[in-house]
Amino acid sequence: MSAEFAAPESVFARFQKLFRTTAFKLSLAYLTIFAACAFLALGYVAWNARQVLDDQIVSTIDAEINGLSEQYNAGGLRRLITVVERRSREPGASLYLVTTALGERVVGNVSEVPARILERPGQVEIAYARGSAESAEHRAIVRIFTLPGGFRLLVGRDTEERDRLRAVIGRAFASSLAVVVVLGVVGGWLVASRVLARVDAMTRTTRAIMAGDLDDRLGVAGNGDELDRLALNLNLMLERIGELMRGLREVSDNIAHDLKTPLTRLRNRADEALLGSRAPEELRAALEGVIEESDGLIRVFNALLMIARLEAGNASAIVAQLDLGPLVRGVGELYEVLAEEQGLALDVTAPDGLVCTGNRELIGQALANLIDNAIKYGAGGGRIAVTAARGDGMIRLSVADRGPGIPESERGRVLDRFVRLEEARSRPGFGLGLSLVNAVARLHQGDLALEDHAPGLRVVLSIPETTGIVPDHAAGGPASPSAI
Amino acid sequence: MRLLIIEDDREAVAYLAKAFREAGHVADQATDGLDGYALAREGGYDMLIVDRMLPKLDGLSLIRSLREQGVTTPVLILSALGQVDDRVKGLRAGGDDYLPKPYAFSELLARAEVLARRGAPAQGTAEATAYRVGQLELDRLSHRVSRAGQEIVLQPREFRLLEYLMRHAGQVVTRTMLLEHVWDYHFDPQTNVIDVHVSRLRAKIDRGFEHPMIHTVRGAGYVLRTDER
Repeated sequence: MSAEFAAPESVFARFQKLFRTTAFKLSLAYLTIFAACAFLALGYVAWNARQVLDDQIVSTIDAEINGLSEQYNAGGLRRLITVVERRSREPGASLYLVTTALGERVVGNVSEVPARILERPGQVEIAYARGSAESAEHRAIVRIFTLPGGFRLLVGRDTEERDRLRAVIGRAFASSLAVVVVLGVVGGWLVASRVLARVDAMTRTTRAIMAGDLDDRLGVAGNGDELDRLALNLNLMLERIGELMRGLREVSDNIAHDLKTPLTRLRNRADEALLGSRAPEELRAALEGVIEESDGLIRVFNALLMIARLEAGNASAIVAQLDLGPLVRGVGELYEVLAEEQGLALDVTAPDGLVCTGNRELIGQALANLIDNAIKYGAGGGRIAVTAARGDGMIRLSVADRGPGIPESERGRVLDRFVRLEEARSRPGFGLGLSLVNAVARLHQGDLALEDHAPGLRVVLSIPETTGIVPDHAAGGPASPSAI
Repeated sequence: MRLLIIEDDREAVAYLAKAFREAGHVADQATDGLDGYALAREGGYDMLIVDRMLPKLDGLSLIRSLREQGVTTPVLILSALGQVDDRVKGLRAGGDDYLPKPYAFSELLARAEVLARRGAPAQGTAEATAYRVGQLELDRLSHRVSRAGQEIVLQPREFRLLEYLMRHAGQVVTRTMLLEHVWDYHFDPQTNVIDVHVSRLRAKIDRGFEHPMIHTVRGAGYVLRTDER
């Protein structure tokens, strides 16, 4: 296919595209409406003007008839004929005709009139001929008047002016219609192609973005119109998508990187077990080690999946009323012995009646993560304070240690998945604990704040308080041994 | 015990059946919901292991139908879903225990054995007001514990921990089972916190006696055994 063939086709396609644009269709609709309006307005004017002219003609005829009947009354038929004869010859004269009762022409400037018109007195519109050479091609409004003795008097006025007016209005309508159509089509085409050019540009940009150029952004004309607003919003959306994608990429990079270490360890253990000839007990121990490592990996995956599900926002998990007081005391009691083993004191202050709408297991898990962190990183710092209190419609669960704390610049980062500070690298863990707590907080429409405990770290998990509903104590209360 | 495993993954079901047989149990298999339902209705099982996702009839519907038919065989639900409220849904459908995949076989075995024992009609242990294992005695009403006549003072939580171990004396209980039944928590405690509680209890129960009663089972959990040989 040569370029010569391609070119007209693309022009045709371009026109087709233009005709399909909203701007063009809108222009077309406006065009039709304007044309209809012009037609109605001109028609109204024409109809009114005709009415006025007709009235004028009728009143002129009436005046003439009055004059002539006066002449007739004063001087009889002879006088009438004389006057009619004289008036007929005047320039711009009205139409006159006097006939006998049988319709024979006596005097007048009308040569031919249908006979039956004369038989009925009154006003009528007729076609007539002026002089004998002409055929009946003029139109006039005439009035027939029967004189005593059967004579008929016809007085009329040509409607030429009226016809001229109609012609003028018709021409005006035609030309204005042409102007409206031309202006409308050209204007519509201009507007449509302008809009189309911008939409085409946007389409090109979005195609480029879809093709992988994720940093491209839609052009903004800067005039604040609807296309600009659309472009701005789409750009914001692209920005957000880009952020999410970067986050996702980071997470998957981190997952790949951080899981490689335990997997390598797992493999080394299995490898080692295969080396040389081993006693059954040694093989067994090696296998147990392998299982232990895989359990650790499974836990990491479970935590990752849980964070992902919480972030996806499974709201059905948080429908129960829950008193956080007993829950905090319960989890505190669970970890108290562990803290003591590490030479730490765990102080728990949590009154009853801190009711929220939440999931007991999730908040328990979050608390467990926070206390476990405090025990892990607050070692040697003496006290860990776990408190639950209400304030500003929120229930604040705080865990404060006297460990090294987290520098302010790092506090935002440690909430991300797999982020572990240098000092923590030597300790067990995957850097998922705080991410999970953060996800739990967000699922409960709460938030997580890391604060300076000077010295140490205070982590505050805030969850909106639910008021006015009696809590289900069984759900949040201390555990009772179950039947199993 | 005689158990039925209803699970559509043939490899998994074969592995489970073999593992249960090696542990000294009789394991039947079914690989879809309808077959499983038919087998389970015939009865004669001490417990059922039911996967949630099954062809033809899903796990929860299967359990619901069994319960409607008056089949009370204990059911342990296996689930790969792992959603936050899955456990609640499973128990509501009539399941007795719930284990998310992937699980350790030792965990499954321990839970299955406890469930099967509970289902056995001869034992009404849940209603007992006092337990006695060897020389160890626990009175639920007076909250007293003694071993060989010597009174042992326990914290309330230690008391519950011992009560659970004694109720399942001779059976392996896992750390997760202890966390679930003694503390009523169903989350990952992150650390060996249960071990610390058990070792404290062990210090009180076994210190000064020749034969320890609380034993650690490697890779599984704990078991309380009689001190009388």
